[in-house]
Amino acid sequence: MVFALSLLSLVDCGSAMAQSNYFDTPTKTELSLDDEGFIRRWTVLEPISKPNHTNTVFVDSYLNEVFAKEYFKGQMTCLPKDGDKVTAIAEHVEMPKDFRRFDQNAEIKRTFSKEKLTWHKLDSKTYNLKLMRFGEYQTKRLYGVIYWVVTVINCEKDMENVRLSVGSNSASKWWVNGAETLILSGDRRMVADDCMSERINLKKGENIIRGAIINGPGMSDFCVRFADENGKAITSGITIK
Amino acid sequence: MNVALVASAMLAANNANAQVGEPFIHDPATLMECDGVWYTYGTGENGIMSEDGGYTWHSGAIRPNRGAAPDCIKIGDRYLFAWSATGGGLGGTHSGDVLTMWNKTLDPKSPDFKFTEKVVVASSVDGEDCDAIDAGLLLDPTTGRLWCSYGTYFGNIRIVELDPETGKRVEGNEAVDVAIDCEATDLIYKDGWYYLLGTHGTCCDGVNSTYNIVCGRSRNVTGPYVDNLGRPMLQGGGKMVIAAHDKVVGPGHFGRTVVAEGVEKMSCHFEADFDMGGYSVLGIRPLLWKNGWPVAGEKFREGTYEVESERHGYALELAVDFKRIDGGRMRWFNPNEKREINPIPMQTLEQVQDEWPADEIGVRNGDFMVRPHQKWTITAVEGVGGFLGQPYYKITIAGTERTLTATKEGNVTTTAKFEKTDEQLWQIDQMTDGTYRIMPKSEAKGAKRCLVSIADSTPTLAEFDFNNDNCKWNLKELR
Repeated sequence: MVFALSLLSLVDCGSAMAQSNYFDTPTKTELSLDDEGFIRRWTVLEPISKPNHTNTVFVDSYLNEVFAKEYFKGQMTCLPKDGDKVTAIAEHVEMPKDFRRFDQNAEIKRTFSKEKLTWHKLDSKTYNLKLMRFGEYQTKRLYGVIYWVVTVINCEKDMENVRLSVGSNSASKWWVNGAETLILSGDRRMVADDCMSERINLKKGENIIRGAIINGPGMSDFCVRFADENGKAITSGITIK
Repeated sequence: MNVALVASAMLAANNANAQVGEPFIHDPATLMECDGVWYTYGTGENGIMSEDGGYTWHSGAIRPNRGAAPDCIKIGDRYLFAWSATGGGLGGTHSGDVLTMWNKTLDPKSPDFKFTEKVVVASSVDGEDCDAIDAGLLLDPTTGRLWCSYGTYFGNIRIVELDPETGKRVEGNEAVDVAIDCEATDLIYKDGWYYLLGTHGTCCDGVNSTYNIVCGRSRNVTGPYVDNLGRPMLQGGGKMVIAAHDKVVGPGHFGRTVVAEGVEKMSCHFEADFDMGGYSVLGIRPLLWKNGWPVAGEKFREGTYEVESERHGYALELAVDFKRIDGGRMRWFNPNEKREINPIPMQTLEQVQDEWPADEIGVRNGDFMVRPHQKWTITAVEGVGGFLGQPYYKITIAGTERTLTATKEGNVTTTAKFEKTDEQLWQIDQMTDGTYRIMPKSEAKGAKRCLVSIADSTPTLAEFDFNNDNCKWNLKELR
């Protein structure tokens, strides 16, 4: 059971594990898919503050509204390099003193600020990219956040009728070559092959995958791979720039 | 057929749980498909046929030579018939012959529709503990050898070997006794076992017939066949496969039809269908396998269901916002709270429907929460044909016309209205393990893609594979 009553503040984890336990610094050589087809190389923006006291608010309409909002310039088009910085709109909340979780009628005071956030290129040491550990290491911000991630894959040839397969904690939305491809709504655990897109085509050469993951309290991570139209993981023919 | 009988048949045609059309037959042969039309043949002359996929049956199948209780099997591109010329059964003499003949087609209108000369393959004479009647055929998939069982209550059930090229008795073959006191035996093979199906009980007594189908199994086609207790069928053993149920009684004359791996049907007659005036009718049921034994499934019943994916256990639902119910939370947290037990009303369609989009709404799989967007009403649709023993169904959100619809691109969605399109008509087959295959009519004659959980939360249309839980659904009736 996830039971957290004070999840909205920045958490100073003095015992934070070193980032190197979870991530490698990418080299300049293209990375292959792992043996199970997972894409392990991503460029990840430091988490944008977006407090939520529960993940149950992540219904479809909420996600569509939240992910349609522009938090930083170039949000849907940029191909950031490691170290690039953006100015993002961060949200902060002040809860009433008698606030109880799930109280949807509570008068929550919301304020906004601008924050400088940095893109980081990462190779995940595991099939899934542990966003919470990344956020913890970079900003000590664990909960109530939105992560933006992007990667560029290189296909050896045109690939027709493939499916983007995603598991995420918590909800997320994904775009392939600029087209909205998949949404994972609800209070989700990360499960490999939790959701797959309709059949899509990847073109020979570069294809851009972009995702946004939102999380209230609890762990946050995601895993992504492609599958054929029958759901079988694709493990070759794709490299990551 | 008289007027009253026609009226009865038409009445039953409006009830998806009754037999439909004019399915009148006794001692039916195993169902045979030829050029998209299904056929079966019974005692007396001729038989019945179905041109709508096996749902509605009517006369028109032709088998000459009269006689009793035929069986039929397709070998290569020919159909082999076996039937009996009997001396009269229980109260008559017990001298009889089992005969065979071939035809290249079952279509009486085809120029190739010509029966070969009949040949006798087994006989019984008065004074013998056997009555050569009720033939059943098996082409052994492991050896290619052709076997014929026959016999009735008068003594032993026997097996002889036939030549699959000629349909004649293999020269020098000796009959083997494999059971006693059955009728209407049939042989089938599955997973290293040979099964001998037989019929026990009273035949030919209308609504009072106690006919029922039993089976035993053996590692060898010639036995010994034993039931689930290890009791030999030569000592009267047999495990029940199907008995009377609903408004039909007296199932007999088993036949097995393998539609696809994991999708099997059994055919029989019911001695009497109460809704059909007590006439003997063709019955078709899903054939299930439970712990290595065949058992009849149930004809699918209309109702409102949770459609649960066997993949992960999530339920098919509309992709709409989850609406919370105001029912308190963490009520266990304060042990000193005085408990007031007041029922919490379930969420109703009216509470959520207005917030749903009016046009197309996608579907997904999610945690089943007994909510309106997860309740599917499955209703038979008449006049659009069907498949073996069942009509096509529409699948709608309970209380609405919002209809599960396949798309030409191979996805699934819902549309606001039911318009009787092939993409909105669904074939629902209970499979051998009790789960269901759900396939749109639009795929039935083409790629045969089915409703598949391509991911835990993502339904789509994809190739059917019985060995993949993605392709299986549990239909849990909601009361």
